[in-house]
Amino acid sequence: MTVDAVIIGSGPGGSTAAELLTAAGWTVVIFEKGRNHLIDLEDPTRLKADFSNDEIKFLERHFLGPDPFLEPRTFRRGEEEGSHSFVGEVNSVPSTVGGGGTHADGKVPRFREEDFAMLSTFGPQEGASVADWPLDYGDLEPFYAEVERGIGVAGDATANPLAAWRSGPYPMAPGAPMYGALLSSEAAEKLGYHPYPAPGATNSVPYGGRAACNNCGFCASFGCPVHAKGDPVAMLQRALVSGNAELRPETFVSRIRSDGRRATGVDFIGPDGVERSMDARHVVLAGGAVETPRLLLLSGFEHPLIGRHLMVHFQTMVAGGFADLRFHPERGRAVTHLHDDPVVPDDASKAAAREAGLPWMRGGMVEHSGSVLPVREAKLYPFGPGHNEAMRTSPLRDRLWAFTMQGEDLPVATNRIDLDPSVRDVRGFPAARFTYKPHRHELAASNHHGPRLAAILEAMGAEWTSIATSPGSVETPGSLPEVPISRHVMGTVRMGTDPATSVVDGEGRLHDLANVIVADSSVFVTSTGYGPTLTLAALSARSTTALLG
Amino acid sequence: MPVWLTPDEHRTLSAACERLIPTEQAVGAGTAGAADYIDGLLGAFCFDPPRIWAERSPSGAAGAGSDLPRFHRLNALDELAWRTRIEGSLGLAEREINGRVVGLQERYRAGLGSLGSDFCDCDVDEQDRRLRADRVFTRLVYEHTCEGVYGAPEYGGNRGGVGWSSIGFAGPVENRGWTDEEVSGP
Repeated sequence: MTVDAVIIGSGPGGSTAAELLTAAGWTVVIFEKGRNHLIDLEDPTRLKADFSNDEIKFLERHFLGPDPFLEPRTFRRGEEEGSHSFVGEVNSVPSTVGGGGTHADGKVPRFREEDFAMLSTFGPQEGASVADWPLDYGDLEPFYAEVERGIGVAGDATANPLAAWRSGPYPMAPGAPMYGALLSSEAAEKLGYHPYPAPGATNSVPYGGRAACNNCGFCASFGCPVHAKGDPVAMLQRALVSGNAELRPETFVSRIRSDGRRATGVDFIGPDGVERSMDARHVVLAGGAVETPRLLLLSGFEHPLIGRHLMVHFQTMVAGGFADLRFHPERGRAVTHLHDDPVVPDDASKAAAREAGLPWMRGGMVEHSGSVLPVREAKLYPFGPGHNEAMRTSPLRDRLWAFTMQGEDLPVATNRIDLDPSVRDVRGFPAARFTYKPHRHELAASNHHGPRLAAILEAMGAEWTSIATSPGSVETPGSLPEVPISRHVMGTVRMGTDPATSVVDGEGRLHDLANVIVADSSVFVTSTGYGPTLTLAALSARSTTALLG
Repeated sequence: MPVWLTPDEHRTLSAACERLIPTEQAVGAGTAGAADYIDGLLGAFCFDPPRIWAERSPSGAAGAGSDLPRFHRLNALDELAWRTRIEGSLGLAEREINGRVVGLQERYRAGLGSLGSDFCDCDVDEQDRRLRADRVFTRLVYEHTCEGVYGAPEYGGNRGGVGWSSIGFAGPVENRGWTDEEVSGP
């Protein structure tokens, strides 16, 4: 049997492609290496009830995968550290049906116009490969609108003066703002910033046949118990209901086969452990920015830029402690407000850039959020007498409010994914190796914006504030590990018009094999400071539409 | 009766957990049954399905309702990962993908042995001294104790939700959620 398309990965990118291809009458098979806890494959109109408010299952026991024993990754800051300095869980977006969409708390902002033209707008940076994208915001806008409708995004189109233009309103109004976010937004506004309700892929009213969010609070890192998060279950469900798609969970694609001019299909290993092949007219590769380049390398593709220009968001986490407030951060959808001011250089950040010897500097969107849930909180306090009292007083959960800035990470060619020379996964294939260290731009931007975020918390009444970054610095004792905790991974299969400086073209096609498209955040040219999900889904929609011709 | 530990080991572990999260204002590792949580993890494969991932409770009231906890079935790879993590690689090639793995059972058996069979009878200063002597093991027990006091009751700890009620945390609310007023108000 030859299918019209094989789709590798059932996350937001693959699911978006699956919906569009099946709607056009193509037969597709979606391969997903993780388990299915999302959707009833016998009757895809029904969604499963596997997700629950259980901190142990999701945060301690890898329910959404990947299990680092079965699928380890390795890390090093650079070649000077040898073949790797760490083995285990590195930047693991879930490996499960629905991919990264299942665990996200659903913030889905669009990028700004200049995010697609960084070289033209701001110019180069030494030691980085700053470049323009082969498309502009106007090319992508109709697809942004389409995926916002498809996922079901709740937002206020008039609330963010720093947002790019849009052709229409959001499909739904924003959901309930969290108490702490109302206070931090008020404080930010007084200091001249522009906070706004985060656009969320979380139903504020019943939408697309799924329930409204009930604010249960187990949002970031958890699957949604009531399936109010539309990303990507909405697209995946429509693809499966069409009858043109088959989803194969627990199935690892080990190779894309090609005859040198075109891909001819894939090799895969199903739950029985047996390797088989499937012929396909087209391949949609949507494994995420780590697994996608890994599979290209496992398949023997030789473009020298595969895996290079790995980007994560450089996170600056600023926390404030409040003696007189209790934020009940477990109520609500984790992050209900953002402000984007650090994305748009102002006079102060321009001066800070000059002082740091940089031509320009950008931070990222700032998430207003509470802290962790009780198990993680408990581990933050020292053990011994007073522990339960600390939990009752709760300085690090109920009395804490925080900002996380998702700082722009410059594309650097030596930051890359490749195959680890010795560490294997459970099926015997080389693990993905992460080689990464931040460019000094990221550190300078963090140093500039961190204290400004702390000042907002102080204006809000914080008794103490603290600033941490991820990745941390090996030079700073006690800082966070140098393995980045950001789940935003991007840029390892770069998009561009010139095959010498990019791996795929502007419509996601491999320059070397035109019937393969890459439909995930691997194709990003620059990282910006916004969450990648909506943009990767919009790019997937655009590339899939081009594939359909 | 403990599931996997010997009764003596269980007593030692209970005393160790109690030093890490002492019972204060009626709540601590002892009242929450943190040692039972750890024993349940070490003995997860004494049950079918293994007690690794609790299913969603239909009533949405974990530990508080009368539902018996149910657990997800593991696939072959999940079982390989969790058996290896708990039992160790035991020289089996399929468990030594990237080398030997020391399992939690072995770590607990050795660690509890080092605390000594007289640990329960020692005064707290001596107990603390022995706990400080092996920081790696103590950290392991501490993290599990946190899970056993403040995690979901399905796994054997946080008995009756006592950890949550002691801190005013509602526990699972997936069925009822929170009203907009409860989210946005003080």
